[in-house]
Amino acid sequence: MSLSRDQVQHIATLARLDIADDEIAEVAEKLSRIVDFVGELAAAPTDDVLPMAHPLHRTQRLRADEVTETVERDRYQANAPSVRDGLYLVPKVIE
Amino acid sequence: MAADDHAVHALNLAELAQGLAAGDFTSRQLTESLLARIAGRAAALNAFITVTADQALAAADRADRHRAEGKAGPLTGLPLVHKDIFCTRGVPTTCGSRMLETFVPPYDATVVERLAGAGTVMLGKTNMDEFAMGSSNETSWFGPVRNPWDHGRSPGGSSGGSAAAVAARLVPAATGTDTGGSIRQPAALTGTVGLKPTYGRVSRYGMIAFASSLDQAGMITRTAADAALLLQAMAGFDERDSTSVDEPVPDYTAALDAPLRELRVGIVRQHFDAGLDADTAKQVRTALGALEEQGATLREIDLPNIDLSVPTYYVVAPAECSSNMSRFDGVRFGHRAEEPRDLHDLYCRSRAEGFGAEVKRRIMTGTYVLSAGYYDAYYLKAQKVRQLIADDFRAAFADVDVIAGPTAPTPAFALGDKTDDPITMYLNDIYTIGANLAGLPAISVPCGLAAGLPVGLHLVGPHFAEERLLNCAHRYQAETDWHLACPEGYA
Repeated sequence: MSLSRDQVQHIATLARLDIADDEIAEVAEKLSRIVDFVGELAAAPTDDVLPMAHPLHRTQRLRADEVTETVERDRYQANAPSVRDGLYLVPKVIE
Repeated sequence: MAADDHAVHALNLAELAQGLAAGDFTSRQLTESLLARIAGRAAALNAFITVTADQALAAADRADRHRAEGKAGPLTGLPLVHKDIFCTRGVPTTCGSRMLETFVPPYDATVVERLAGAGTVMLGKTNMDEFAMGSSNETSWFGPVRNPWDHGRSPGGSSGGSAAAVAARLVPAATGTDTGGSIRQPAALTGTVGLKPTYGRVSRYGMIAFASSLDQAGMITRTAADAALLLQAMAGFDERDSTSVDEPVPDYTAALDAPLRELRVGIVRQHFDAGLDADTAKQVRTALGALEEQGATLREIDLPNIDLSVPTYYVVAPAECSSNMSRFDGVRFGHRAEEPRDLHDLYCRSRAEGFGAEVKRRIMTGTYVLSAGYYDAYYLKAQKVRQLIADDFRAAFADVDVIAGPTAPTPAFALGDKTDDPITMYLNDIYTIGANLAGLPAISVPCGLAAGLPVGLHLVGPHFAEERLLNCAHRYQAETDWHLACPEGYA
């Protein structure tokens, strides 16, 4: 199976990855090879098999509904590319 | 007497612990000696991303003080390095990516915290494949690591810097992470010991996530006994990791010497087929013979679905990767593109610039297999096959105690050899991926040289059988000396 340029562009958009026009052919070729490779799974007989949910068959542990986190905004925002007054800045989203 | 006089770089953790306890050298002397060796040799291998000399000396002084006060534990003052995937408070943590080139974590990973709490001295952070996605260390933004056995070859990956540093005697031990073989394959390719514990045995808190249902922290050392020492401090429940398992932690060192008389070893028929290098097969068969000489019985077993483990992995791991990587948005931390036109452009360009080709490939593969119309055919199907593979292991462990075979299909390959074809690279992990899919513990132990390059013996056990694996590996090392083989120029 070969992924088309449009399919690759669509996947890239879903994944929020910019892809240059001159990269698409190579990305499509390599992704197609991977998709072909994992396509081997189609032949495996799995009609009565439940999909694995956890490697040790455990259920998600729950914790008590108590406040455990403390506010350390300034420390965490030290890694942010752009902040002002404790807010993360992004390009304007409402015109 | 100074640490240099004891050739401390050649000593393993257990030997260094004895030297510290006996007062042969202090942790500061030991640390200074290894930092000098790292300064002289690490650059040629590109094994480190960050060397933390100042912090190391401060930690060494603390360890020496504790020892003087009679408060030393088994790991007090022992040096190690952390894979740069573990968050270290105040110390840059890049995960081998441009995306996190300037990231300084505000907290420590549980693994880092526990090992520091036990008195270990961190000398630095090691190079790795970008976000642990790779089997050769060539996907690192900081360039490939070189194998100390042959600088033209890869040390394996993704924990390649950790493996190269331990193999080159720059440090006695390093942490690593293993999602599909990322501890065991580099251990095999560099002649070191690599242990991946049971899924959930060691906390993943603060370990930057790649594929959360497969990721597990472990270590690379030169001996199984050293791996036991470290696992003792690393293992155990952590409420900050929702998949951390609340099971008692046994005394890993206590069981090391148990005889192998009753041990039943399963040999997977499919693991000795055409894909395996002939020299590697020979070394592994000799190693199996050595286990037999110690009283173990060998029997051939079948894992009927094991040939599907690599395709299964390359659906499940990219799917989880695409979800985990979505946190890198150029807003809260990580790389941000200059002058974005709008929010969509900010996301798309920050991610395109911050991630390398392999990471993008996996994000896109994962996005595809999870997308509308393909989810059932790929993701759901893969999770079913994954269950079949896990069932095969469970059935096998009814008759055998461990499963043994080669860790990797060939010894270390040349840098650049497999970078053009992702599938060829993925197939490097053909023998290791099954343990991740089934959540099983596994270890790689040096078991010979093929054309002058190290070969690893791979042992897989049932859930929580780390004791048995370490025992088996330790008994093997007690009768062989492959773990003492040192790359030329690094003795």
